[in-house]
Amino acid sequence: MNRNVIISFGLHTLLVIITAMSLPFLAKKPIDLPPIVSVELIQITDKTNIPFAPKAKKIIEKVKEKEKKLVSEQAPPKKIKKIKPDAVPLPDKKIDKIEKIKDEKQNPEKIETEIKQISEFEKKELFDTNNIAALIDKSKVESSETNKKIDKITQDQNKEMDFGGLTLSEEDALKAQIFGCWSIPLGLPYDEDLLVRIKLQLKPDGSIIRTEILDHARMNKPGQGFYKVLAESALRAVKLCQPLRVPSTGYERWKNMQLNFDAREMLEG
Amino acid sequence: MLFRYLLILLLLPIKAFALIEVDITRGNLNPLPVAVSPLAIDKNSKDNFKKILKEENLGSEISKIVENNLKQSGLFNPLNKDAFLQEPDIANLKPRFEDWNLIKAQALVTGKVTFVDEKLRVEFRLWDVLAGKEMMALAFTTVPSNWRRVGHIITDKVYERLTGEKGYFDTRIIYISEEGPKTNRIKKLAIMDQDGFNNKFLTLGNELVLTPRFSPTNQMVTYLSYFKNLPRVYLLDIETGMQEVVGDFPGMTFAPRFSPDGKKIIMSFAKDGNSDIYTMDLENRIVERISNHPSIDTSPSYSPDGKYITFNSDRSGYQQIYIMNSNGKNVKRISFGNGLYGTPVWSPRGDLIAFTKLHKGKFYIGVMRTDGTGERLLTENFYQEAPSWSPNGRVLIFYRETKTNAKGEGFSAKLWSIDLTGYNEKLIETETDASDPSWSSLLSN
Repeated sequence: MNRNVIISFGLHTLLVIITAMSLPFLAKKPIDLPPIVSVELIQITDKTNIPFAPKAKKIIEKVKEKEKKLVSEQAPPKKIKKIKPDAVPLPDKKIDKIEKIKDEKQNPEKIETEIKQISEFEKKELFDTNNIAALIDKSKVESSETNKKIDKITQDQNKEMDFGGLTLSEEDALKAQIFGCWSIPLGLPYDEDLLVRIKLQLKPDGSIIRTEILDHARMNKPGQGFYKVLAESALRAVKLCQPLRVPSTGYERWKNMQLNFDAREMLEG
Repeated sequence: MLFRYLLILLLLPIKAFALIEVDITRGNLNPLPVAVSPLAIDKNSKDNFKKILKEENLGSEISKIVENNLKQSGLFNPLNKDAFLQEPDIANLKPRFEDWNLIKAQALVTGKVTFVDEKLRVEFRLWDVLAGKEMMALAFTTVPSNWRRVGHIITDKVYERLTGEKGYFDTRIIYISEEGPKTNRIKKLAIMDQDGFNNKFLTLGNELVLTPRFSPTNQMVTYLSYFKNLPRVYLLDIETGMQEVVGDFPGMTFAPRFSPDGKKIIMSFAKDGNSDIYTMDLENRIVERISNHPSIDTSPSYSPDGKYITFNSDRSGYQQIYIMNSNGKNVKRISFGNGLYGTPVWSPRGDLIAFTKLHKGKFYIGVMRTDGTGERLLTENFYQEAPSWSPNGRVLIFYRETKTNAKGEGFSAKLWSIDLTGYNEKLIETETDASDPSWSSLLSN
């Protein structure tokens, strides 16, 4: 009898503990919510080029100065940008190339670590503008730890903004960029379905890791030669445009993106 | 509680896979930057071709044809060869895409020319520079004298691969060559490649020739000629040079044109003072009346499926464009704009009808959908008419006459082409004045 009471008591205690642990977890959600609004707002101001508050600017400059001491000035961040546009082979090959780049980064050679640091620093620069508080925290720790922190902060942001799409200005900027790169093949039949959906996996700087045509099977169907031409033109546009004009924050939110290329409007005139 | 966890678990994946979608509904219509590398040629082949064709470097000459064709289409921007960093022979094997990327080329054409068993062998490759992959690789073997056609065939293949529609470069144009003063013109039937080369005269100019039209299926031509002041419809086989009279027709006969299967000729002629549309079966020579109306019906043209006919008629009081079933039933007016409409020609794609329009003293070449909607005037001039479609339905060729001065001088008639965008208008150079052009189907079909 007593044993049953003890077992019952034990199980009930366990349930209470689980509930107690889960409830704060659930309760935390609404607490986490407010920053969504603030981050969103900062992002929009960033896009619309509203100047930073003078105080924030000073803090950012201080942090930059401190960080510069840790980073060599020899390798400008452009070096990385130069590598990326060249990496435009077939999607499969591309994965190989990216893997190679990763290997290079892991290589302990001095120059490469420098490049890595600078690239991270560059990212942080962009991040600084929106997260002053986070910056102040970071300035107190070692540079290697800073990188980890950035990741953490990015993840937090993602939690906050997972369900949000791109803002109108972000979407417009991206569209305007791709419009300029997409040469529409003029010979397509305009009474056919001219929609090509491409799924992209992006790097934080907007360059492309992987592209996938969602209706790939259609490319090799008889009588669908025009679709292949259209899909290739869309792929060319994406590759020509990279790095894409993506938001400077919220990488997790847009690292996977789908572009729907629809030529009907243009061809029907 | 468990339900809560399950709910959270269910929600989490949804959250992780929320995918941002962006619709791209606009692009640019700028010509695509293409690098056409000179075709590589070894020394032995170069010497042999120099002996036979008197061409210094056949590889370069063929690439020039490709380059010129692509440029003329208005859809491509061939890049200056001076900027090329890679040698043709190496580029043909494995292009260094970084080099071609550097000069902003999006597509690259490379190739090789060899002299094999007294024949010309050309292989070529089309590369997607941005993707870094081969898009197409083909080889042709032919007699050396056919080298210009090889250039046109390569262009057709490149054009088709990059635009999604068949090319129109390995084609010919038949037209009326005109010489002499306006009041006493000598008119000959002439033919040339679509780029103006290989011009040949098919008649001597003793008789007046008019309105030559290519068959859509083969290299047959039908045209009108006056013999002893009587209009005759002729059939001419371009391949063999054989010519035959299809028939003498009474009164005013106009613009014979083939049916899509090439088995019939459709034309208009006046019988008992009334001009109507007739067809003639080329096998049994049976003439069938299609339209029957007291008005003047002329310029018939079949739809590519042969089910409909478009023509112009003044049955509404003014010359307008109509369509009807191929048996003459269900006549429907499709042009309702201001001015007079004539010479309707159904596009080989079937989607548009090209026409000549006269409005306020000016002539226009335009297109409209087959139900009459979406009228677009592509070009305007003092006098121009007789549009004829390229076999892919992308470009129109027509002729344009210039004004004469007070002394009656300065008259000229030239062939022009314009694409459906209306921006890419080009003069087609001919040895003499030219009118009434008709575009052939693809020779390599």
